[in-house]
Amino acid sequence: MPSHVTVMVNGLAVSVPSGATVAVAMVMAGQACRTSVTGEPRGPLCGMGVCFECRVAINGVPHCRSCQIVCETGMDVRTDG
Amino acid sequence: MDKISSQRFEILIVGAGPAGISAAIRAAEGGARVGTVDDNRAPGGQIWRADYGGTRAPDAARWTNLLETAPITKLCGTRVFHQPEPGVLLAEGSDILYELHYRALVIATGARERFHPFPGWTLPNVMGAGGLQAMVKSGLPVRGKRVVVAGSGPLLLAVAAYLRQHGAEIPIICEQASWRSMAKFGVALLSDPGKIAQGLKLKRELIGIPFAANSWPVAAHGRQALESVTISRAGKSTTIPCDYLACGFHLVPNAELAMLLGCEVNGGYVKVDEFQRTSAESIFCAGEPTGIGGVELSLIEGQIAGLAATGRIAEAKALFGKRRRARRFAEILDRTFRLRPQLARLPSAETVVCRCEDVTYSRLQAHASWRGAKLHTRCGMGPCQGRVCGPAAEFLFNWKPDSVRPPVFPARVENLAALYTHQETERNAVSRGKQ
Repeated sequence: MPSHVTVMVNGLAVSVPSGATVAVAMVMAGQACRTSVTGEPRGPLCGMGVCFECRVAINGVPHCRSCQIVCETGMDVRTDG
Repeated sequence: MDKISSQRFEILIVGAGPAGISAAIRAAEGGARVGTVDDNRAPGGQIWRADYGGTRAPDAARWTNLLETAPITKLCGTRVFHQPEPGVLLAEGSDILYELHYRALVIATGARERFHPFPGWTLPNVMGAGGLQAMVKSGLPVRGKRVVVAGSGPLLLAVAAYLRQHGAEIPIICEQASWRSMAKFGVALLSDPGKIAQGLKLKRELIGIPFAANSWPVAAHGRQALESVTISRAGKSTTIPCDYLACGFHLVPNAELAMLLGCEVNGGYVKVDEFQRTSAESIFCAGEPTGIGGVELSLIEGQIAGLAATGRIAEAKALFGKRRRARRFAEILDRTFRLRPQLARLPSAETVVCRCEDVTYSRLQAHASWRGAKLHTRCGMGPCQGRVCGPAAEFLFNWKPDSVRPPVFPARVENLAALYTHQETERNAVSRGKQ
Protein backbone atom coordinates (compact mmCIF):
# COMPACT_ATOMS: atom_id res chain seq x y z
CA MET A 1 0.00 0.00 0.00
CA PRO A 2 1.44 3.45 -0.84
CA SER A 3 2.06 5.62 2.22
CA HIS A 4 0.00 8.53 0.88
CA VAL A 5 -2.92 9.16 -1.44
CA THR A 6 -3.84 12.39 -3.20
CA VAL A 7 -7.36 13.75 -3.37
CA MET A 8 -8.66 16.96 -4.93
CA VAL A 9 -10.25 19.43 -2.51
CA ASN A 10 -12.02 22.20 -4.42
CA GLY A 11 -9.63 21.53 -7.30
CA LEU A 12 -6.43 21.59 -5.20
CA ALA A 13 -4.36 18.44 -4.67
CA VAL A 14 -4.07 17.33 -1.01
CA SER A 15 -1.81 14.47 0.02
CA VAL A 16 -2.95 12.46 3.08
CA PRO A 17 -1.73 9.28 4.79
CA SER A 18 -3.22 6.13 3.21
CA GLY A 19 -6.37 5.12 5.06
CA ALA A 20 -7.12 8.68 6.21
CA THR A 21 -10.68 9.95 6.01
CA VAL A 22 -11.86 12.82 3.85
CA ALA A 23 -12.43 14.87 7.03
CA VAL A 24 -8.70 14.53 7.73
CA ALA A 25 -7.93 15.79 4.21
CA MET A 26 -10.14 18.82 4.81
CA VAL A 27 -8.43 19.72 8.10
CA MET A 28 -4.95 19.13 6.60
CA ALA A 29 -5.88 21.38 3.67
CA GLY A 30 -7.04 24.06 6.11
CA GLN A 31 -10.44 24.07 4.39
CA ALA A 32 -13.75 24.46 6.18
CA CYS A 33 -16.09 21.59 5.23
CA ARG A 34 -19.21 23.67 4.88
CA THR A 35 -20.68 27.12 5.32
CA SER A 36 -23.45 27.28 7.92
CA VAL A 37 -26.88 28.80 7.19
CA THR A 38 -25.68 32.18 8.49
CA GLY A 39 -22.35 31.95 6.64
CA GLU A 40 -19.95 30.65 9.29
CA PRO A 41 -17.16 28.26 8.27
CA ARG A 42 -17.52 24.83 9.93
CA GLY A 43 -15.28 21.81 10.28
CA PRO A 44 -15.44 18.37 11.91
CA LEU A 45 -16.69 18.33 15.51
CA CYS A 46 -17.59 14.82 16.70
CA GLY A 47 -15.38 12.72 14.41
CA MET A 48 -17.87 9.86 14.61
CA GLY A 49 -20.69 10.58 12.18
CA VAL A 50 -23.14 12.18 14.61
CA CYS A 51 -22.87 15.97 14.16
CA PHE A 52 -22.97 16.28 10.33
CA GLU A 53 -20.67 19.34 10.49
CA CYS A 54 -18.08 17.71 8.23
CA ARG A 55 -20.35 17.11 5.28
CA VAL A 56 -18.99 17.73 1.79
CA ALA A 57 -19.75 16.65 -1.77
CA ILE A 58 -17.66 13.67 -2.88
CA ASN A 59 -17.49 12.74 -6.57
CA GLY A 60 -20.67 14.72 -7.10
CA VAL A 61 -22.64 13.14 -4.23
CA PRO A 62 -23.71 15.92 -1.85
CA HIS A 63 -23.96 15.77 1.97
CA CYS A 64 -21.41 13.00 2.57
CA ARG A 65 -20.16 12.81 6.16
CA SER A 66 -16.46 13.16 5.41
CA CYS A 67 -15.39 11.60 8.75
CA GLN A 68 -16.94 8.28 7.71
CA ILE A 69 -15.35 8.05 4.25
CA VAL A 70 -11.77 7.00 3.46
CA CYS A 71 -9.80 8.97 0.83
CA GLU A 72 -9.23 7.30 -2.52
CA THR A 73 -6.76 8.51 -5.13
CA GLY A 74 -8.32 11.09 -7.41
CA MET A 75 -11.43 11.63 -5.31
CA ASP A 76 -13.10 14.94 -6.12
CA VAL A 77 -14.12 16.67 -2.89
CA ARG A 78 -16.07 19.91 -2.93
CA THR A 79 -17.35 22.08 -0.11
CA ASP A 80 -20.99 23.01 -0.45
CA GLY A 81 -20.26 26.78 -0.48
CA MET B 1 -32.68 3.61 -6.41
CA ASP B 2 -30.61 1.40 -4.10
CA LYS B 3 -31.06 -2.35 -4.25
CA ILE B 4 -32.91 -3.95 -1.38
CA SER B 5 -31.51 -6.83 0.66
CA SER B 6 -33.80 -8.67 3.06
CA GLN B 7 -32.07 -10.61 5.84
CA ARG B 8 -33.40 -12.67 8.74
CA PHE B 9 -31.75 -13.05 12.14
CA GLU B 10 -32.69 -14.71 15.37
CA ILE B 11 -30.64 -12.10 17.22
CA LEU B 12 -29.86 -8.74 15.66
CA ILE B 13 -27.49 -6.35 17.39
CA VAL B 14 -27.40 -2.64 16.59
CA GLY B 15 -23.96 -1.26 17.42
CA ALA B 16 -20.63 -3.07 17.22
CA GLY B 17 -18.74 -1.50 20.10
CA PRO B 18 -17.79 -3.46 23.24
CA ALA B 19 -21.43 -4.13 24.31
CA GLY B 20 -22.58 -5.13 20.81
CA ILE B 21 -19.56 -7.32 20.09
CA SER B 22 -19.79 -9.19 23.39
CA ALA B 23 -23.56 -9.65 22.96
CA ALA B 24 -23.07 -11.00 19.43
CA ILE B 25 -20.34 -13.44 20.43
CA ARG B 26 -22.25 -14.89 23.38
CA ALA B 27 -25.46 -15.12 21.32
CA ALA B 28 -23.71 -16.87 18.43
CA GLU B 29 -22.04 -19.47 20.69
CA GLY B 30 -25.35 -21.30 20.99
CA GLY B 31 -25.69 -21.59 17.20
CA ALA B 32 -28.25 -18.80 16.76
CA ARG B 33 -28.26 -16.82 13.51
CA VAL B 34 -26.73 -13.52 14.64
CA GLY B 35 -26.11 -10.24 12.84
CA THR B 36 -24.54 -6.93 13.81
CA VAL B 37 -25.21 -3.62 12.12
CA ASP B 38 -23.03 -0.56 12.76
CA ASP B 39 -22.66 2.91 11.26
CA ASN B 40 -18.87 2.91 11.42
CA ARG B 41 -16.49 1.51 8.82
CA ALA B 42 -15.17 -1.20 11.13
CA PRO B 43 -16.36 -2.88 14.35
CA GLY B 44 -15.02 -1.59 17.67
CA GLY B 45 -17.22 1.42 18.35
CA GLN B 46 -15.61 4.65 19.48
CA ILE B 47 -13.52 3.34 22.35
CA TRP B 48 -11.96 0.53 20.28
CA ARG B 49 -11.60 2.52 17.08
CA ALA B 50 -8.47 1.21 15.33
CA ASP B 51 -5.66 3.53 14.28
CA TYR B 52 -5.70 4.05 10.53
CA GLY B 53 -2.71 1.68 10.38
CA GLY B 54 -5.07 -0.98 11.81
CA THR B 55 -3.60 -1.34 15.31
CA ARG B 56 -5.81 -1.70 18.38
CA ALA B 57 -5.35 -2.03 22.13
CA PRO B 58 -4.89 -5.71 23.23
CA ASP B 59 -8.33 -6.12 24.85
CA ALA B 60 -9.97 -4.58 21.80
CA ALA B 61 -7.98 -6.83 19.47
CA ARG B 62 -9.06 -9.96 21.39
CA TRP B 63 -12.78 -9.18 21.18
CA THR B 64 -12.73 -7.87 17.63
CA ASN B 65 -10.79 -10.98 16.50
CA LEU B 66 -13.42 -13.17 18.16
CA LEU B 67 -16.08 -11.26 16.24
CA GLU B 68 -14.13 -11.60 13.02
CA THR B 69 -13.93 -15.39 13.25
CA ALA B 70 -17.42 -16.06 14.66
CA PRO B 71 -20.21 -17.05 12.23
CA ILE B 72 -21.88 -13.64 12.53
CA THR B 73 -23.16 -11.44 9.71
CA LYS B 74 -21.45 -8.08 10.13
CA LEU B 75 -22.90 -5.05 8.38
CA CYS B 76 -20.52 -2.08 8.69
CA GLY B 77 -21.02 1.44 7.35
CA THR B 78 -24.73 0.79 7.68
CA ARG B 79 -27.15 2.84 9.75
CA VAL B 80 -30.55 1.91 11.06
CA PHE B 81 -33.11 4.62 10.43
CA HIS B 82 -36.59 3.18 10.79
CA GLN B 83 -38.75 0.36 12.12
CA PRO B 84 -41.64 -0.07 9.64
CA GLU B 85 -43.22 -2.76 11.85
CA PRO B 86 -42.26 -4.67 15.01
CA GLY B 87 -39.47 -7.16 14.27
CA VAL B 88 -38.14 -5.33 11.21
CA LEU B 89 -35.55 -2.56 10.97
CA LEU B 90 -34.52 -0.64 7.89
CA ALA B 91 -30.88 0.28 7.45
CA GLU B 92 -28.98 2.16 4.79
CA GLY B 93 -25.55 1.12 3.48
CA SER B 94 -23.51 3.07 0.93
CA ASP B 95 -25.63 1.83 -2.00
CA ILE B 96 -27.98 -0.72 -0.48
CA LEU B 97 -31.12 -0.68 1.63
CA TYR B 98 -31.39 -3.49 4.19
CA GLU B 99 -34.60 -4.90 5.58
CA LEU B 100 -33.44 -6.64 8.75
CA HIS B 101 -35.85 -9.07 10.38
CA TYR B 102 -35.20 -10.16 13.96
CA ARG B 103 -36.68 -12.37 16.65
CA ALA B 104 -34.78 -10.54 19.39
CA LEU B 105 -32.94 -7.24 19.18
CA VAL B 106 -30.03 -5.97 21.27
CA ILE B 107 -29.60 -2.20 21.23
CA ALA B 108 -25.94 -1.40 21.86
CA THR B 109 -25.77 2.06 20.34
CA GLY B 110 -23.16 3.44 22.76
CA ALA B 111 -22.70 7.06 23.70
CA ARG B 112 -21.56 10.30 22.15
CA GLU B 113 -19.76 13.28 23.61
CA ARG B 114 -21.66 15.96 25.38
CA PHE B 115 -20.98 19.32 23.79
CA HIS B 116 -21.54 22.56 25.58
CA PRO B 117 -21.88 25.90 23.77
CA PHE B 118 -19.59 28.83 24.58
CA PRO B 119 -18.58 31.79 22.40
CA GLY B 120 -16.46 30.56 19.49
CA TRP B 121 -17.18 26.84 19.90
CA THR B 122 -18.36 26.62 16.27
CA LEU B 123 -14.94 27.63 14.85
CA PRO B 124 -13.17 25.02 12.72
CA ASN B 125 -10.55 23.11 14.78
CA VAL B 126 -12.63 23.24 17.92
CA MET B 127 -13.54 19.57 18.17
CA GLY B 128 -14.73 17.05 20.71
CA ALA B 129 -12.02 15.49 22.84
CA GLY B 130 -13.01 12.06 21.58
CA GLY B 131 -13.68 13.81 18.28
CA LEU B 132 -10.08 14.94 17.84
CA GLN B 133 -8.84 11.53 18.97
CA ALA B 134 -11.04 9.88 16.34
CA MET B 135 -9.61 12.26 13.73
CA VAL B 136 -6.04 11.38 14.73
CA LYS B 137 -6.96 7.70 14.61
CA SER B 138 -8.31 8.44 11.12
CA GLY B 139 -4.96 9.83 9.97
CA LEU B 140 -4.75 13.47 11.14
CA PRO B 141 -1.14 14.30 12.08
CA VAL B 142 -0.81 16.32 15.31
CA ARG B 143 2.98 16.23 15.71
CA GLY B 144 4.14 19.66 16.85
CA LYS B 145 0.55 20.95 17.19
CA ARG B 146 -0.60 22.70 20.35
CA VAL B 147 -3.81 21.21 21.67
CA VAL B 148 -5.75 22.51 24.68
CA VAL B 149 -7.81 19.66 26.17
CA ALA B 150 -10.88 20.84 28.07
CA GLY B 151 -14.30 19.84 29.34
CA SER B 152 -15.04 17.03 31.73
CA GLY B 153 -14.62 13.34 32.37
CA PRO B 154 -11.95 10.65 32.33
CA LEU B 155 -11.86 10.75 28.52
CA LEU B 156 -9.91 14.05 28.72
CA LEU B 157 -6.95 12.30 30.33
CA ALA B 158 -6.98 9.38 27.91
CA VAL B 159 -7.19 11.78 24.96
CA ALA B 160 -4.38 14.01 26.27
CA ALA B 161 -2.14 10.95 26.72
CA TYR B 162 -3.01 9.71 23.23
CA LEU B 163 -2.37 13.08 21.57
CA ARG B 164 0.95 13.47 23.36
CA GLN B 165 2.03 9.98 22.21
CA HIS B 166 1.35 11.26 18.70
CA GLY B 167 3.59 14.27 19.15
CA ALA B 168 1.14 16.99 20.18
CA GLU B 169 2.02 19.56 22.81
CA ILE B 170 -0.66 19.83 25.50
CA PRO B 171 -0.31 23.18 27.33
CA ILE B 172 -3.12 22.31 29.77
CA ILE B 173 -5.99 19.96 30.59
CA CYS B 174 -9.01 21.87 31.97
CA GLU B 175 -11.53 19.85 34.00
CA GLN B 176 -14.71 21.63 35.06
CA ALA B 177 -15.26 19.34 38.07
CA SER B 178 -13.92 20.54 41.40
CA TRP B 179 -10.84 19.13 43.11
CA ARG B 180 -13.16 18.01 45.88
CA SER B 181 -15.27 15.78 43.63
CA MET B 182 -12.14 14.62 41.78
CA ALA B 183 -10.62 13.60 45.13
CA LYS B 184 -13.76 11.62 45.99
CA PHE B 185 -13.52 9.98 42.57
CA GLY B 186 -9.92 9.00 43.31
CA VAL B 187 -10.84 7.55 46.71
CA ALA B 188 -13.71 5.58 45.18
CA LEU B 189 -11.34 4.10 42.61
CA LEU B 190 -9.04 2.83 45.36
CA SER B 191 -11.43 -0.08 45.87
CA ASP B 192 -10.76 -1.26 42.30
CA PRO B 193 -7.26 -2.60 41.59
CA GLY B 194 -7.84 -2.71 37.83
CA LYS B 195 -8.76 0.95 37.75
CA ILE B 196 -5.73 1.85 39.91
CA ALA B 197 -3.40 0.15 37.43
CA GLN B 198 -5.05 1.96 34.53
CA GLY B 199 -4.82 5.22 36.46
CA LEU B 200 -1.12 4.80 37.26
CA LYS B 201 -0.30 4.01 33.63
CA LEU B 202 -2.21 7.10 32.53
CA LYS B 203 -0.48 9.18 35.20
CA ARG B 204 2.95 8.17 33.84
CA GLU B 205 1.86 9.12 30.34
CA LEU B 206 0.62 12.50 31.50
CA ILE B 207 3.69 13.57 33.52
CA GLY B 208 4.49 17.23 32.96
CA ILE B 209 1.09 18.24 31.54
CA PRO B 210 -0.60 20.84 33.77
CA PHE B 211 -4.01 19.66 34.96
CA ALA B 212 -6.49 22.23 36.24
CA ALA B 213 -9.71 21.36 38.05
CA ASN B 214 -12.41 24.08 38.43
CA SER B 215 -11.42 25.10 34.92
CA TRP B 216 -13.27 25.41 31.64
CA PRO B 217 -13.12 27.22 28.27
CA VAL B 218 -14.97 30.56 28.23
CA ALA B 219 -14.30 31.57 24.61
CA ALA B 220 -12.54 30.32 21.50
CA HIS B 221 -11.05 32.95 19.20
CA GLY B 222 -10.11 33.02 15.53
CA ARG B 223 -11.22 34.37 12.18
CA GLN B 224 -11.64 31.49 9.74
CA ALA B 225 -10.45 28.87 12.26
CA LEU B 226 -9.35 28.55 15.89
CA GLU B 227 -6.34 30.66 16.93
CA SER B 228 -6.58 30.74 20.72
CA VAL B 229 -8.81 29.86 23.63
CA THR B 230 -9.57 31.73 26.84
CA ILE B 231 -9.95 29.48 29.82
CA SER B 232 -11.22 30.19 33.29
CA ARG B 233 -8.98 28.67 35.93
CA ALA B 234 -9.79 29.10 39.60
CA GLY B 235 -11.72 32.26 38.74
CA LYS B 236 -9.00 33.84 36.55
CA SER B 237 -9.03 34.07 32.75
CA THR B 238 -6.02 33.13 30.63
CA THR B 239 -5.77 33.13 26.83
CA ILE B 240 -3.71 30.33 25.27
CA PRO B 241 -2.75 30.26 21.57
CA CYS B 242 -3.40 26.79 20.11
CA ASP B 243 -4.00 24.81 16.90
CA TYR B 244 -6.82 22.66 18.25
CA LEU B 245 -9.20 22.72 21.17
CA ALA B 246 -10.27 19.19 22.13
CA CYS B 247 -13.38 19.83 24.16
CA GLY B 248 -16.00 17.39 25.41
CA PHE B 249 -18.09 17.37 28.57
CA HIS B 250 -18.26 13.65 29.34
CA LEU B 251 -20.79 11.48 27.50
CA VAL B 252 -24.50 11.23 26.72
CA PRO B 253 -26.20 7.94 25.82
CA ASN B 254 -27.39 7.25 22.28
CA ALA B 255 -30.94 6.40 23.32
CA GLU B 256 -32.73 7.61 20.16
CA LEU B 257 -33.22 4.19 18.56
CA ALA B 258 -34.46 2.68 21.83
CA MET B 259 -36.92 5.58 22.15
CA LEU B 260 -38.09 5.13 18.56
CA LEU B 261 -38.80 1.47 19.30
CA GLY B 262 -40.88 2.40 22.34
CA CYS B 263 -38.45 1.38 25.08
CA GLU B 264 -39.06 3.17 28.34
CA VAL B 265 -36.38 5.75 29.20
CA ASN B 266 -35.62 7.29 32.59
CA GLY B 267 -33.46 10.42 32.92
CA GLY B 268 -32.14 9.87 29.40
CA TYR B 269 -31.12 6.25 30.06
CA VAL B 270 -32.87 3.17 28.70
CA LYS B 271 -34.58 1.20 31.48
CA VAL B 272 -33.61 -2.48 31.63
CA ASP B 273 -34.34 -5.39 33.97
CA GLU B 274 -31.70 -7.74 35.39
CA PHE B 275 -31.46 -9.59 32.06
CA GLN B 276 -30.95 -6.30 30.15
CA ARG B 277 -34.52 -6.54 28.78
CA THR B 278 -36.14 -3.21 27.95
CA SER B 279 -39.85 -2.49 28.42
CA ALA B 280 -40.43 -3.38 24.74
CA GLU B 281 -41.11 -6.99 23.73
CA SER B 282 -37.96 -8.95 22.67
CA ILE B 283 -35.74 -5.86 22.82
CA PHE B 284 -32.63 -5.84 25.00
CA CYS B 285 -30.25 -2.96 25.65
CA ALA B 286 -26.64 -3.09 26.80
CA GLY B 287 -23.76 -0.71 27.43
CA GLU B 288 -23.77 3.09 27.58
CA PRO B 289 -27.47 3.67 26.69
CA THR B 290 -28.40 2.10 30.06
CA GLY B 291 -25.87 4.26 31.99
CA ILE B 292 -22.41 5.61 31.20
CA GLY B 293 -20.09 3.01 32.75
CA GLY B 294 -17.24 2.45 30.31
CA VAL B 295 -15.86 -0.59 28.52
CA GLU B 296 -15.88 -2.99 31.45
CA LEU B 297 -19.56 -2.55 32.24
CA SER B 298 -20.45 -2.59 28.53
CA LEU B 299 -18.72 -5.96 28.05
CA ILE B 300 -20.58 -7.49 30.99
CA GLU B 301 -23.98 -6.08 30.00
CA GLY B 302 -23.44 -7.13 26.39
CA GLN B 303 -22.68 -10.68 27.44
CA ILE B 304 -25.72 -10.82 29.73
CA ALA B 305 -27.93 -9.55 26.89
CA GLY B 306 -26.48 -12.06 24.41
CA LEU B 307 -26.91 -14.94 26.83
CA ALA B 308 -30.39 -13.94 27.98
CA ALA B 309 -31.59 -13.38 24.40
CA THR B 310 -30.63 -16.99 23.60
CA GLY B 311 -32.16 -18.45 26.76
CA ARG B 312 -28.90 -19.13 28.65
CA ILE B 313 -30.28 -17.80 31.90
CA ALA B 314 -27.92 -19.46 34.40
CA GLU B 315 -24.84 -18.18 32.58
CA ALA B 316 -26.34 -14.70 32.40
CA LYS B 317 -27.05 -14.78 36.14
CA ALA B 318 -23.44 -15.74 36.85
CA LEU B 319 -22.39 -12.29 35.58
CA PHE B 320 -24.74 -10.28 37.82
CA GLY B 321 -22.14 -9.84 40.60
CA LYS B 322 -19.53 -8.46 38.23
CA ARG B 323 -22.10 -6.12 36.75
CA ARG B 324 -23.08 -4.80 40.19
CA ARG B 325 -19.47 -3.83 40.89
CA ALA B 326 -19.01 -2.22 37.48
CA ARG B 327 -22.22 -0.23 37.91
CA ARG B 328 -20.89 1.33 41.08
CA PHE B 329 -18.16 2.86 38.94
CA ALA B 330 -20.83 4.23 36.59
CA GLU B 331 -22.59 5.94 39.50
CA ILE B 332 -19.34 7.49 40.69
CA LEU B 333 -18.57 8.75 37.17
CA ASP B 334 -22.00 10.33 36.96
CA ARG B 335 -21.64 12.14 40.29
CA THR B 336 -18.09 13.30 39.68
CA PHE B 337 -18.44 14.73 36.20
CA ARG B 338 -21.90 16.28 36.41
CA LEU B 339 -21.78 19.76 34.87
CA ARG B 340 -21.59 22.60 37.37
CA PRO B 341 -24.61 24.93 37.12
CA GLN B 342 -22.52 28.04 36.35
CA LEU B 343 -21.62 26.55 32.95
CA ALA B 344 -25.17 27.41 31.93
CA ARG B 345 -24.02 31.05 31.85
CA LEU B 346 -21.23 30.41 29.33
CA PRO B 347 -23.12 31.14 26.09
CA SER B 348 -23.55 34.80 25.16
CA ALA B 349 -26.74 36.03 23.47
CA GLU B 350 -25.18 35.46 20.02
CA THR B 351 -23.66 32.04 20.75
CA VAL B 352 -25.00 29.44 18.36
CA VAL B 353 -26.55 26.54 20.27
CA CYS B 354 -28.01 24.57 17.34
CA ARG B 355 -25.17 24.29 14.84
CA CYS B 356 -27.27 22.74 12.06
CA GLU B 357 -29.72 25.65 11.92
CA ASP B 358 -27.59 28.38 13.56
CA VAL B 359 -30.08 29.06 16.32
CA THR B 360 -28.58 31.38 18.93
CA TYR B 361 -28.92 31.30 22.69
CA SER B 362 -31.03 34.47 22.78
CA ARG B 363 -33.52 33.06 20.25
CA LEU B 364 -33.96 29.95 22.36
CA GLN B 365 -34.37 31.98 25.54
CA ALA B 366 -37.68 33.27 24.19
CA HIS B 367 -39.24 29.78 24.43
CA ALA B 368 -40.61 27.75 27.27
CA SER B 369 -40.02 24.23 25.97
CA TRP B 370 -37.88 22.16 23.60
CA ARG B 371 -40.93 21.54 21.48
CA GLY B 372 -41.83 25.23 21.28
CA ALA B 373 -38.23 26.14 20.45
CA LYS B 374 -38.14 23.46 17.73
CA LEU B 375 -41.35 24.63 16.12
CA HIS B 376 -40.41 28.31 16.13
CA THR B 377 -36.66 28.29 15.57
CA ARG B 378 -35.95 24.92 13.86
CA CYS B 379 -33.56 24.17 16.73
CA GLY B 380 -32.77 20.43 16.70
CA MET B 381 -34.38 19.90 13.30
CA GLY B 382 -31.24 19.83 11.15
CA PRO B 383 -29.38 16.72 10.02
CA CYS B 384 -28.01 15.85 13.50
CA GLN B 385 -31.61 15.84 14.72
CA GLY B 386 -30.75 17.45 18.03
CA ARG B 387 -28.00 14.99 18.95
CA VAL B 388 -25.62 17.90 19.61
CA CYS B 389 -27.93 20.72 20.74
CA GLY B 390 -30.55 18.55 22.50
CA PRO B 391 -28.42 17.65 25.53
CA ALA B 392 -27.04 21.23 25.58
CA ALA B 393 -30.54 22.76 25.57
CA GLU B 394 -31.62 20.31 28.23
CA PHE B 395 -28.81 21.52 30.49
CA LEU B 396 -29.15 25.23 29.61
CA PHE B 397 -32.93 25.52 29.89
CA ASN B 398 -33.91 22.37 31.77
CA TRP B 399 -36.05 21.27 28.81
CA LYS B 400 -37.13 17.68 28.45
CA PRO B 401 -36.52 16.05 25.07
CA ASP B 402 -39.36 15.20 22.71
CA SER B 403 -40.40 11.80 21.51
CA VAL B 404 -38.28 10.44 18.64
CA ARG B 405 -39.76 10.19 15.17
CA PRO B 406 -38.55 8.26 12.17
CA PRO B 407 -36.24 8.41 10.35
CA VAL B 408 -33.97 8.25 13.40
CA PHE B 409 -31.04 9.17 11.11
CA PRO B 410 -31.32 11.14 7.86
CA ALA B 411 -31.88 8.62 5.07
CA ARG B 412 -31.62 9.13 1.34
CA VAL B 413 -34.98 10.15 -0.01
CA GLU B 414 -34.91 7.39 -2.63
CA ASN B 415 -34.67 4.86 0.19
CA LEU B 416 -37.66 6.31 1.95
CA ALA B 417 -39.45 6.16 -1.40
CA ALA B 418 -38.18 2.63 -2.06
CA LEU B 419 -39.46 1.59 1.32
CA TYR B 420 -42.89 2.94 0.47
CA THR B 421 -43.04 1.20 -2.91
CA HIS B 422 -41.71 -1.98 -1.30
CA GLN B 423 -44.39 -1.91 1.38
CA GLU B 424 -47.03 -1.26 -1.27
CA THR B 425 -45.79 -4.25 -3.29
CA GLU B 426 -45.85 -6.44 -0.17
CA ARG B 427 -49.32 -5.24 0.79
CA ASN B 428 -50.55 -5.95 -2.72
CA ALA B 429 -48.94 -9.40 -2.62
CA VAL B 430 -50.59 -10.11 0.75
CA SER B 431 -54.01 -8.94 -0.42
CA ARG B 432 -53.63 -10.95 -3.65
CA GLY B 433 -52.78 -14.00 -1.52
CA LYS B 434 -55.92 -13.46 0.54
CA GLN B 435 -58.22 -13.22 -2.44
